[in-house]
Amino acid sequence: MRAVILSLSKYLCSSIEGSFNMETITKINTTEKLINAFESSKNSLFGDLELREQAIESFSKQGIPNRKHEEYKYVNVELLLKRDFAISTATTVTAEQMANVQMLKDAFVVVIENGNFSKNLSSIASLPKGINIQNIAEATGNAAFQKHYAKYADVNNDAFIAMNTAFTSGGVFIHIEKNTVIEKPIHILHVSSAAENAIINPRNLMVVEENAQAKIVESFATVASAGKVFNNALTEIFIGANANLQHYKIQDENEAGMLLNTTQAYQEKQSVFSTNNFTLSGLFVRNNLNIVLDDEFIETHLNGLYLTRGNQVVDNHTLVDHRKPNCNSNELYKGIIEDKSAATFNGKIFVRKDAQKTNAFQSNKNILLSDDGTINTKPQLEIYADDVKCSHGTSTGKLDEDKIFYLRARGLSETSAKKLLMHAFASEVVENIKIEELRDYVEEKITGRFA
Amino acid sequence: MLSIKNLHASIDGKEILRGINLEIKAGEVHAIMGPNGSGKSTLSAVLAGREEYEVTEGEVIFNGKNLLELAPEDRAREGVFLAFQYPVEIPGVSNINFLKTALNEIRAYKGLPPMEAKDFLALVKEKQKLVELDGKLANRSVNEGFSGGEKKRNEIFQMAMLSPKLAILDETDSGLDIDALRIVAGGVNTLKSKENATIVITHYQRLLDYIIPDMVHILYKGQIVKSGPKELALELEEKGYDFIKEEIGA
Repeated sequence: MRAVILSLSKYLCSSIEGSFNMETITKINTTEKLINAFESSKNSLFGDLELREQAIESFSKQGIPNRKHEEYKYVNVELLLKRDFAISTATTVTAEQMANVQMLKDAFVVVIENGNFSKNLSSIASLPKGINIQNIAEATGNAAFQKHYAKYADVNNDAFIAMNTAFTSGGVFIHIEKNTVIEKPIHILHVSSAAENAIINPRNLMVVEENAQAKIVESFATVASAGKVFNNALTEIFIGANANLQHYKIQDENEAGMLLNTTQAYQEKQSVFSTNNFTLSGLFVRNNLNIVLDDEFIETHLNGLYLTRGNQVVDNHTLVDHRKPNCNSNELYKGIIEDKSAATFNGKIFVRKDAQKTNAFQSNKNILLSDDGTINTKPQLEIYADDVKCSHGTSTGKLDEDKIFYLRARGLSETSAKKLLMHAFASEVVENIKIEELRDYVEEKITGRFA
Repeated sequence: MLSIKNLHASIDGKEILRGINLEIKAGEVHAIMGPNGSGKSTLSAVLAGREEYEVTEGEVIFNGKNLLELAPEDRAREGVFLAFQYPVEIPGVSNINFLKTALNEIRAYKGLPPMEAKDFLALVKEKQKLVELDGKLANRSVNEGFSGGEKKRNEIFQMAMLSPKLAILDETDSGLDIDALRIVAGGVNTLKSKENATIVITHYQRLLDYIIPDMVHILYKGQIVKSGPKELALELEEKGYDFIKEEIGA
């Protein structure tokens, strides 16, 4: 792992020698710089200033985490942010670049351009009854916004939640009213491009009320960009009683793109939430996915696929918090690791004392294609109830030589045999995509990847 | 068609084949019999190109080409087919998709364009019937969740699809009930022609009641110690492998 971290660091800064002292200095610099930026911009930002001030205070206490931080020990985010990064809201994405990152023809499209809601680029003019989609910065007067905003993502839990809460200047607020079924997917397209190195902090809130149903796709792309973009994106999701939300994330940053993506979900009684995360490229991708199951008979599905290569670092942290009895959660994350890339899967499941009759399953499978790649996998089950069914499993291996030989013995070249097997490995996750157009898109991306 | 001369092969430094000599002409069926550990499966693995076996001596000429120099896929493309003793399960890869890829890569090797989808499906339908393979199985993942008999029938189905010049059946009868055995043998017999040849590797004589060999060879300790007409198999069944040991003074 160390070798991988070093090579990534080299890419981003000329030297990390004397790392201890330097890290300390960097910490002061980066964190202080951001705090200063907050002071000068806080009065122009939307919403509750008091909340932002709490957030910046919490951020200054936590600081940008380095590898001494248990939750961030596999990648030094501090080093990633060592260069001259500034909080940015510049909007420089061209129409042509936009055309390249569209993936669904039949969807309500919301464009988040460099962290801000873009009314011009979005196509949400004729929404059906029962659904509201708007710039989160203009939603502060909405009752549902007030009830749910910043209620699930706790600024004291994570420095990036604090950073986002303090600095966000926009994003999307989606409200699906009670009993409303929205067949057409809603696609939130995060697209970034910066003239100078920039940190952006888009903030989304999705509220799916009682007995409502929706499908929401979030995609992330950094288009040709002179500066590096560090996207600290945060989405809070509320799923009301008996509601059903299919949630997809397609992370296809460019080779220099950096994404720290927090998803904080909260489920009520008998709701069903399935979240599917596909990481296809990006220099650094960190996913923090936290789901709270706070009533009975809730169902939660977490699926993930990460394909890493080059010097990429992809880090998936998931937390499923079973607080009440009779709920089911099922988690499957799979990864294919090539070259010198490194992936981490850290899957935590809490089963609290009251959460009897919980079924919680977790599986993480990896294929390591090179000797220089790294996979860190860490399942963590903390169970305080005594009548539960929980299991976790993890496997890491190379492609099965017997399978390769069998295919070659039928006339397939070694390359196409491997391609077929990697495709098959990934398909277990891909087939969970219930939006056909999206499934085809991801399939095609994977096929192209192994071509 | 196939000429094996003084073939020696070992695995992990242990010699298994110790000088095999075998000549097979187009249109012929040869049975290779032998007790466990005699080298039957090693011979089929070496012919198909398994890399863990090291050929230390000898040569194998297949239709004028040095087979041992070819990659496993090129052997398949030249027309060698191995029906595996233990077919591998490959979850997530559909039988049909896999066969289409295989067939088209073999065609590309021969300079032929990919097969039309319509023709391919017609071929699948025709060949499925031959081994009484359920259409549903053909659409499932390769061998995943198949019974032992279904796996063996799937091997013969693949063979029918790829129409090889030389088919090597490695203990295809092992674990088959009599009905499945008849179906598998029926498939093999239908595919037999003057242009192709078959090597049937088996421990038991029973399969040879259904697939009648032109020659029977007895493999023992890595060498062919006795060859003869089909009656040799019956003799072997009757007297057991011990008679070979006595005969060659082992």
